[in-house]
Amino acid sequence: MSTVVFARHAMTAAERLRDAGWVAFVGFILGVPLIGLTTVDVGGRLAVNTRFGLLAATVAAVFAGRLLLRWGLDQARERKQARSAAGAPASADERAQGAQKVVTVLGWIALGAAVALPIFYSDNRYVVDTATTVLIYVMLGWGLNVVVGLAGLLDLGYVAFYAVGAYSYALLSTQYGWSFWEALPVSGALAAGFGILLGYPILRLRGDYLAIVTLGFGEIIRVILVNWTEFSGGPNGISSIPRPSFFGLDFARSAPEGEQTFAGFFGLDFSPMHRLIFLYYLILVLALLTHAFVSRLRKLPVGRAWEALREDEIACRAMGMNTTNIKLSAFAIGAMLGGFAGVFFAARQGFISPESFTFAESAIILAIVVLGGMGSQMGVVLAATLLVLIPEFGRNFAEYRMLLFGAAMVLIMIWKPGGLLSHREPTVRLNPLGRAGAAREAAR
Amino acid sequence: MNAAALNTPATLLSVQKLTMRFGGLVAIDDLSLDVPAASITGIIGPNGAGKTTLFNCLTGFYKPTTGSLRLAHPQHGEMRLEALPSHRVARDAQVVRTFQNIRLFPKMTVLENLIVAQHNVLQRASKFSIAGLLGLPGYRQAEQEAIERAATWLKRLRLEHLADHAAGALPYGIQRRIEIARALCVDPVLLCLDEPAAGLNPRESAELNALLLYLCRELGIAILLIEHDMSVVMNVSDHIGVISYGRKIAEGTPEQVRNDPEVVKAYLGEDDDEDAQDTAVTTGGATA
Repeated sequence: MSTVVFARHAMTAAERLRDAGWVAFVGFILGVPLIGLTTVDVGGRLAVNTRFGLLAATVAAVFAGRLLLRWGLDQARERKQARSAAGAPASADERAQGAQKVVTVLGWIALGAAVALPIFYSDNRYVVDTATTVLIYVMLGWGLNVVVGLAGLLDLGYVAFYAVGAYSYALLSTQYGWSFWEALPVSGALAAGFGILLGYPILRLRGDYLAIVTLGFGEIIRVILVNWTEFSGGPNGISSIPRPSFFGLDFARSAPEGEQTFAGFFGLDFSPMHRLIFLYYLILVLALLTHAFVSRLRKLPVGRAWEALREDEIACRAMGMNTTNIKLSAFAIGAMLGGFAGVFFAARQGFISPESFTFAESAIILAIVVLGGMGSQMGVVLAATLLVLIPEFGRNFAEYRMLLFGAAMVLIMIWKPGGLLSHREPTVRLNPLGRAGAAREAAR
Repeated sequence: MNAAALNTPATLLSVQKLTMRFGGLVAIDDLSLDVPAASITGIIGPNGAGKTTLFNCLTGFYKPTTGSLRLAHPQHGEMRLEALPSHRVARDAQVVRTFQNIRLFPKMTVLENLIVAQHNVLQRASKFSIAGLLGLPGYRQAEQEAIERAATWLKRLRLEHLADHAAGALPYGIQRRIEIARALCVDPVLLCLDEPAAGLNPRESAELNALLLYLCRELGIAILLIEHDMSVVMNVSDHIGVISYGRKIAEGTPEQVRNDPEVVKAYLGEDDDEDAQDTAVTTGGATA
């Protein structure tokens, strides 16, 4: 008991110094063989060199570090004690406010990092490419979030709409010479049409049954693409899909007669990185537009209706809501966003084949939504980043890569069963948080 | 009977020869019942008598096997409820129900629950979400009105301080009140309450009585009430229908129903498990 009391009492300056001194001493003992002495190869013979300067610096760093760490921990503990001593555990409102603040700050940091990334890695193809892939998955996750996260309709065939978008652009551009920007809205509309097409037969289905039918729908689209060779090129796919241009300026080494290249127009030396960076910013803009669109929809009657549908369909009907229209609108909007992502995918790859649209893709997108926390926009960003980056880091482990991926997912779901960010921010408040907090302060 | 006839001029809902069969089971058998306008009509009966089935037929969740449900809507004239899908019963006929096992939108806040109930008004104002996406003033005003409307009901039901809490996390009695508030936001002509007093303590039941009387007497909303708590039914109902095994066995004022030998028999029954119901009748009678 007495030791506990001793551990809890605030440390004096002398105690802190002594504590740090002890740790520095341990650091010194360990550091002598590890840092202070080193072997060098002198003319084929092994000799021992001393590096006492470095050792001194390390010990000093350990001393300062220990002081700071102790002090920081004490501060944190004191603050916690002060809060519990005040008797008022943080109210639900305050906690919600805190969570919301963290998410907002995270969002701005992520946005800043996303905008700055190509500037710092302008000559690193691998980083820009991987970041582009992350953003494609973020966009797909935001699209599927409408169907699964908000409307609560479990869709295992989301990749079908991604495929519809990709093939629409591939065919419109290679067969009819449509540009990226002309094909984008049309392909989105086509994907939305397919969303409604899928939506109709499954209006009455729920849960497991719905999941199975959507899974089947995803496979049907893929099998059609594989087998209808005259239409889609079959397993060979469609190649030499035109890349998007920068307001009519191509990212090519040389332009045809009478046209200019991007590099030529801006007087830059040609670099293949220009196009990659342009594609990166393009998907960033598309993803941000998706985000703005979905977050706004969520606060509109249709978005609230989606969430109400997820919560209780029977109550929705009893409130006079036409659940058919609500479901179809969720499918259509989700499919449209998937279609947009597909158009970008086709334009970026320049080549598509049915192999890119297997069930595994659907599963990854769904995993992003579930892992991120159903309905959470920021959660999707976190989860997409994790799910793309874990396999990338795992490359060093070769065949253990997917094992690592699976283990990471299991761990995250154990640690946070509701997803990484499961906090739900209300779409409207009667008493805005700031005001409620101020009122409480005044009451005290 | 005469006094009731004088006070209740028009019939709002007329149930005629309603039958609902599930395969071989007859849940409602040739039931006829009138619900007068601007009054409270109680429906009582032993468990499994078909009361909730009647509600499900009435609100479009079940299609009756035979029979008709005619609503004399104050604005739209006569409507045949048996022909309408459930969402149109609530939206067009303005017959709104609550559920025996509370059905709120648990993760949404109380305020959001009440705003979702005004979906059709808001969806029209948002013009397929386009006006809403652009944030046009017409939509913003409609949303503001919806919030104010919700706030008014919340204040009336003393739920204001809970407006921004997730509905599913609140105590049972409060959830019952929220469900009634949400139904009121749909602007009902006929409000169907399925056991609104279940799980309420005596003080909460008394508050419920006051609320029902206010809604009916002050706002002219007709109320159809399924209830086992006799202290509620007997105190507030103008008119009571008793159902047993899908048939109407008695109808009349609380006083008449209480003394009806058929009712006493149905509640006493021959089975032991009906004893609880019996005590409920007698104690209800004592307090009334």
